Amino acid sequence: MSERSERSTAVRVLPAHDSDAGQRILTALRTPGGAVFVLAGLLLIAIIVSNPNFADPGSLIRFAGRTAPIAIAAMGQYYVIVSGEFDLSMAAVIATQVVVAGNVIGQDEALIVPGLVLMLVIGALIGIVNGLATTLLKVPSFIVTLGTMLALTGLVRYITGGAATGNPSDAFRNIGRGGIQDVPILGIIPYSLLIFLVLATLAAWLMRRPFGRTLVAVGDNPDAARYAGTSVWWLKTRAFVISSLSATVAGILLVGYAGVHPSVGSGYEFAAITAVVVGGVVLGGGRGWVLSAAAGAYALELLFLLLTSLGVQSTWRNTVQGVIIIVAVALAGRTWRAVRRPTRGEPEPAPSASSPPPAPPGSRRTGDS
Amino acid sequence: MRTTMKRTLAVASAAALVALAGCSTDEISDTNEGSGSDDTEWFVQADFDEQDEQRDATFEGDPETPWLQYIDGDMTDTSEFARDEAGKVCFANASISNPWRQTGWITMQQQLQALQDEGVISEMETRDAQDSDDTQIADIDYFISEGNCDAFVISPNSTAAMTPAVERACETGKPVVVFDRGVETDCPTTFIHPIGGYAWGIDTANFLVEELDEGDRVVALRILPGVDVLETRWAAAEKIFEDNGIEAEDHFTEGDPATIKQVVTDAINQGDVDGIWMDAGDGAVAAIEAFEDAGVDYPVMTGEDEMSFLRKWEETGLTGLAPVYSNFQWRTPLLAVQRIFAGEEVPTEWVLPQTPITEDERAQYLADNEGMPDGHYAKFGGDGLPGFPEAWQDR
Repeated sequence: MSERSERSTAVRVLPAHDSDAGQRILTALRTPGGAVFVLAGLLLIAIIVSNPNFADPGSLIRFAGRTAPIAIAAMGQYYVIVSGEFDLSMAAVIATQVVVAGNVIGQDEALIVPGLVLMLVIGALIGIVNGLATTLLKVPSFIVTLGTMLALTGLVRYITGGAATGNPSDAFRNIGRGGIQDVPILGIIPYSLLIFLVLATLAAWLMRRPFGRTLVAVGDNPDAARYAGTSVWWLKTRAFVISSLSATVAGILLVGYAGVHPSVGSGYEFAAITAVVVGGVVLGGGRGWVLSAAAGAYALELLFLLLTSLGVQSTWRNTVQGVIIIVAVALAGRTWRAVRRPTRGEPEPAPSASSPPPAPPGSRRTGDS
Repeated sequence: MRTTMKRTLAVASAAALVALAGCSTDEISDTNEGSGSDDTEWFVQADFDEQDEQRDATFEGDPETPWLQYIDGDMTDTSEFARDEAGKVCFANASISNPWRQTGWITMQQQLQALQDEGVISEMETRDAQDSDDTQIADIDYFISEGNCDAFVISPNSTAAMTPAVERACETGKPVVVFDRGVETDCPTTFIHPIGGYAWGIDTANFLVEELDEGDRVVALRILPGVDVLETRWAAAEKIFEDNGIEAEDHFTEGDPATIKQVVTDAINQGDVDGIWMDAGDGAVAAIEAFEDAGVDYPVMTGEDEMSFLRKWEETGLTGLAPVYSNFQWRTPLLAVQRIFAGEEVPTEWVLPQTPITEDERAQYLADNEGMPDGHYAKFGGDGLPGFPEAWQDR
């Protein structure tokens, strides 16, 4: 069936790209990956209506800044998910990097640059281990990254005993806490927001490079990608490295924002996965846009902010997140097909007509459309 | 279920009176805490009144050594435990997973060294249950069967779950010292604890009520629900806020500074925040930073005697109070063992003083604890022990 759709796209190129730009945007907004931008906009309006204080540009820009770490983590998680895998180790990577920052950099400003380099090296190494164990040892990534998560959590607990150590120097924390001051209207532009924008640009560019294209192809149909000459293990390993590095950057920003505590970053793996799913990226791989993952993170945090603004107890947060994951996965799986069906102009092939659910974690998909 | 010790004391007004014990942060309690959402579950007026009284009680002993002070009451005769030679102590610890317990654990080890030098204790074997009831039960049973212990010291992980194991330790006929959180049996030789969670709640809420006006808004930052010692702190404070027309809203933060900062930032965006109340001081700095980053006035605030809060409090000059869950209580169990080995009587329930640090006293505590890490607790009471100050500085 993948051969059929490839043949049809060979003739019609990408059907969605036939029409003019306005038409294409409209079509895109009907996909889960596009709709999330609309959702974020609606949530923002709802928040401002519920409490006009949030319309203050200063508090909006701060909100954008503090959400940057989760958006960056979501973009990293996107690379892994779109290739058909999972990264559950993100929160543990963040906690590890937070503790490294506290212990290695401390109050010595001369150690900031070496400390940053060390953190990035640690991040890359964790990604390589995750990637190689998944691809070469053929352990499902769900298990590999669960193992990495536990190993790192244990390490953090061993180092800290489970309690906070001192904060690193203010100059280092400024990366996540500070910003460009005295900006008209906004008051401040947080560095974390700027870092997010740079990384988002990089990520969007990377997804248009052969690496990005092949990564999606591998997530869609690893066998086809392999027959096409793709080095699947190296491709996926790089995705895991990107994920761990993004968790590292999130950790650096969070140390700045909040300070050192072993609980910093807790829940980030699921927050990132939720954000990716809300962004319309299909679990199991092969569908979705990287910027939608970032938008998913913002939509999610806006939703939590709305709940806070409406006075809903924060204890409900996990429940909301759980329901969202289920609903988003269900909707995304259906809508991607629904959007494509009319433009294809040919009868639905049998397997997708039964509208199969997204593939479970780690299973090999045989490219449905 | 609450932390009680059935007692035969004058105060023995039913159960629950000593509801308390516990340490300052993070412990996840056993499952037998009931549903937890019902305030009456955590608020017992008799306990509230008793601890309120104890705040002003006269303590026996020298105020210079508060870890030896106690409220007058029943004493346990320990002449049967008297011995001529040094004995082995077995310590079943709940965990060292928060800075309060870590600080206390260091103090305890230094106290041990002092008593070893004096020839009172030969050695102390310690097992860390890492916040697990099951592990601690196994630890205690191991001590009973294999430990060759001359005395047991137990810091229970949770109240009900640990009771049978503590009773088994008592049945060995060796002295048993329980401290911090309690158990539901009166078999231990002595039960050591500061006044308790209600006293914390009363001290802090009274301070905020005094500094704020009726109708002012207080954001309460709580670690997690369902832990009795933390719940009683909040239950007492909430009642006082209600009685005095303070608008208090509580949030659970898991002690995560990122969550604390977000919660406070959102609260500030919603409208003026006049006060911050914390059930434990860990993360206080993040709460204060939220006010700095938002560019609004500092709140009136209660934290804890953790150095990070004391330092930030001084630096910012905000109006504050540092409630204390007396960390020096970690010295008391081994000193109790010393008395027991000497056959001297000890208080059956050893209630230690628990006095907040006020702004006037802050400078003194900062000076006394200079060079200590942020996670250190000012009232640790170890400055006369061997290894001071390095043992507390290099952790």
